[in-house]
Amino acid sequence: MRINVLVLLLLSNLQALSQNCGFTLSGILTDLHDGSVLEGATLIVAGSELTFVTDFEGKFTISNLCNQTYSIQVSHPFCLTKGFRVRISGDTFKSFKLEHHLEELNEITVDGKITSKESKTLQENTILKEELERFSSGTLGDALNSLSGVSSLNTGNTIVKPMINGLHSSRVVIINNGVRMEDQEWGAEHAPNIDVNAINRLTLIKGAGALQYSGDAMGGVVVVESAKIPVKDSLYGKTLFASNSNGRGSLITSKLTKSYASGWYASLQGTFKRFGDSEAPDYVLSNTGVNQQNISVKVGLNRFDYGMNFYYSFFKNQIGILRASHLGSAQDLYRAIKSDIPLLINDFTYDLSAPKQDVGHQLARMIAYKRFGFGKLSFQYDYQRNERLEFDIRRGSDRGKASLDLQLDTHTVLLDLDTNLSDNVDLKTGLMGSYQNNYAPNTGVRRLIPDYKKYDFGIYVVSDYQLDSNWLFEAGARFDYTYMDVYKFYRTSFWELRNYDDDFSNLVVEKLVNQVLARPQFNYYNGSTTLGATYDFGGDYKLFLNYSIASRTPNPSELFSEGLHHSAARIEYGDLKFNSEVGHKLSLTLERINEKFSFSLNPFINTISDFILIEPVGINNSIRGTFPVWEYRQTNAQLLGMDFNASYVFSEELRFDHLSSMVKGYDRLQDEPLINIPAINTKNELVYFNPKIKNLRLALQSEYVFRQNEYPDTNFEIYIPQTETRELVDVSSPPNAYHLLNFNSSIDFDFSEKSSLSLGFGITNLFNTSYRNYLNRLRFYANDLGRNLLLNIKFNY
Amino acid sequence: MRKLNFLATVLFTTLLFVSCSKDDDSTPEPVNEEEVITTLTATLVPAGQGTSITLKSQDLDGDGPNAPVITVSGNLSAGVIYNGTIELLNEMESPAEDITEEIEEEDLDHQFFYTIGGGLDVTTSYENNDSEGNPLGTEFTLVAGAASSGALTFTLRHEPTKPNTGLDDAGGETDISVTFNLTVE
Repeated sequence: MRINVLVLLLLSNLQALSQNCGFTLSGILTDLHDGSVLEGATLIVAGSELTFVTDFEGKFTISNLCNQTYSIQVSHPFCLTKGFRVRISGDTFKSFKLEHHLEELNEITVDGKITSKESKTLQENTILKEELERFSSGTLGDALNSLSGVSSLNTGNTIVKPMINGLHSSRVVIINNGVRMEDQEWGAEHAPNIDVNAINRLTLIKGAGALQYSGDAMGGVVVVESAKIPVKDSLYGKTLFASNSNGRGSLITSKLTKSYASGWYASLQGTFKRFGDSEAPDYVLSNTGVNQQNISVKVGLNRFDYGMNFYYSFFKNQIGILRASHLGSAQDLYRAIKSDIPLLINDFTYDLSAPKQDVGHQLARMIAYKRFGFGKLSFQYDYQRNERLEFDIRRGSDRGKASLDLQLDTHTVLLDLDTNLSDNVDLKTGLMGSYQNNYAPNTGVRRLIPDYKKYDFGIYVVSDYQLDSNWLFEAGARFDYTYMDVYKFYRTSFWELRNYDDDFSNLVVEKLVNQVLARPQFNYYNGSTTLGATYDFGGDYKLFLNYSIASRTPNPSELFSEGLHHSAARIEYGDLKFNSEVGHKLSLTLERINEKFSFSLNPFINTISDFILIEPVGINNSIRGTFPVWEYRQTNAQLLGMDFNASYVFSEELRFDHLSSMVKGYDRLQDEPLINIPAINTKNELVYFNPKIKNLRLALQSEYVFRQNEYPDTNFEIYIPQTETRELVDVSSPPNAYHLLNFNSSIDFDFSEKSSLSLGFGITNLFNTSYRNYLNRLRFYANDLGRNLLLNIKFNY
Repeated sequence: MRKLNFLATVLFTTLLFVSCSKDDDSTPEPVNEEEVITTLTATLVPAGQGTSITLKSQDLDGDGPNAPVITVSGNLSAGVIYNGTIELLNEMESPAEDITEEIEEEDLDHQFFYTIGGGLDVTTSYENNDSEGNPLGTEFTLVAGAASSGALTFTLRHEPTKPNTGLDDAGGETDISVTFNLTVE
């Protein structure tokens, strides 16, 4: 059939001068800002009666066109009407972009299907505001956890670090309103400093393909955005109150936005959250309360051809760490593992005592952009200050004084150019420069992270080419240079044990009685690339293929850790000799989007050379008893797995959603499984939603987490004086599989045209099941959370 | 005008960036760990005649890689009653800090335990208490029984449950755990 058409075309061309007018122009209309497709736009071909309307996927087809240049006027209810000139030569594919004047007033989000924006050949998962609001009492990590392929590395239930396809911490880059979060994310017990209530949209890219942000996101990139503000005169706001039975905690968050037709706007948001001790099914988890505040301000000017905005946020989080997890030695760890219940259980309280964390994160961003003939140029400067205090149980005059005190300042400038080289080729390129300073005052406890200065410089170029309506190709490259200037006190005994006195004698600045002051100055040169293709089958199916190479500079804790990590009762050793790790990730996604049955299947393989991991290697005897020694080492690792999403729509009101993910991780040098790889898990949800009964939504969700059967044996033996025996400390066996049921419901009431009230009620862990999760660092000490009843009241005005 | 604004913003932020990245080459001050216990010395003085015995565990790099050095000055004599005192030092600081004082000040939060093992025929009893009358144990009595040998372990617990019946139900965290191999002759 297609050959026939071709033959026909050829023949018609042979008839030289005679006009042929049987061609079609097809294409897609998207929003210039976020790439969302524009439905219901009108296209008028100038000088003819031809008029077309884009379908719900933003697609259009105009037939019976001749081989000549046409002027097409495109208009959309919420956009500025724009004219395009199109040269038709044969059947032509063309994508148009309009500037969409957002209609987000009164919580009506433009519910368009979002085409890929961050990376065009990696499937993206997005969580929009309605869904995020269900996590208002939780954390960013909890919200991300609802996506397939994402799990989390937890310390209790309040420190939730996202883990993407088995990778976490420095391998997951979080972009908060265009700013790369620098919040000491290297530590496994350092949670992202973001208020989930300040977010309007959360995008997850499982891979390093989004090179405009970074070249080191081995695991992936999480893009967090606050709400876009419409260009019109309006004033609107929202207040949400949530109350939880478990933790007996409440939260209030409020947001007010004022905008003008001139493009100026201002938005203010604040959250106040206070939770007491959480409870496992059978006991109180003592000292697990949270005290969190957040305030953010956004002021800006939004015009089509130029604009700027200023964003500031201050996030403050005080988190209690389970009291029973604070240990003195490996003997204590042995007692804790042996005991079925935590070694210390107190009555419920809202007070936080040691061990606890007190973290403040300030972020200020200024961005200005202007559109020129050649494209859109934007300049950004951002400043972040992260202050982290960790309190351990201390003695004497130091009681109540922080053990760890870190202040991290980061300045970054970005210059980005977004340009269309031709109708089908988009090019993004940019430069990044950043300066970071870490300062650790004397707390009377040796610094876990030393004082350092870090300079980064990056340059990238990413381009995509829309070949035809089916094929899109993408290629990109990035180069990053990092210079680190560090002052670190080493214990002489460690300095000598590691042979640093031979290998790094040139770094020594000063020798004290039992400490050595060293000044490592390291340079790292990292390259990263991405190569991908997307094939649109034209119907419901789409295929994404991407191959990315990511390179990551070792982080300060991997390089410089040396000593006792008090709260974890373990000795951690880094290594000055580490070089950058390099990951090769191949990812394939087959996606079907259909009104009835949709799914996406995403297998991947990630091969990482010089992968840095930390695991127990032995014990160290000291006067305080025995400590497990955890050492960082480099190896060649391989992670492979598959994420699967599916949804089936039974009727207009009833749908079924399924999520499952599986990842396997292996150390290819030692030929053993990697530590801390998430177990296979699956989520199934039945959702009833009826717009006719006040948007009534009822959802029942089942979550099953298998037992992790592949793990390295890192157990060790210690001597117990009371019994005069040597006992095995089992730190590696994962806990059993578990199943949780959750219920969620909500209903909306409209008061007037401009105000509405939503009521929500939910129960998590419906059957009050006792369970422990392999990826929770507190699994040795206590069960996870018991049942929680949750009430939400949201008021839009 | 608009262009000017844009340029001004760029200029301003660049200045800010540059001005913040001034290098100051001061070195950080060293941290001398304040709460570390490097040395435990138990002195056993016979109630009557005989030689005093010193049990010492010294770990000068604290929780660094070197193991503590354990010394026992001599053997116990059968049938002798010894008055024992425990002294704790932080020798990382100079001069060495006496930690025993701190422990005795925070007596409600601390308790020593003496564990006898391996057939060593000795008995121990507490000689000092905290302000609520529960044992503290920086002072103790040791009675050497018949000739034998075995291990004596000193354990110091921070924030134990008080009163308790021994290590098993004391809870808290271990601040010190030192085992000496002793002989009674």
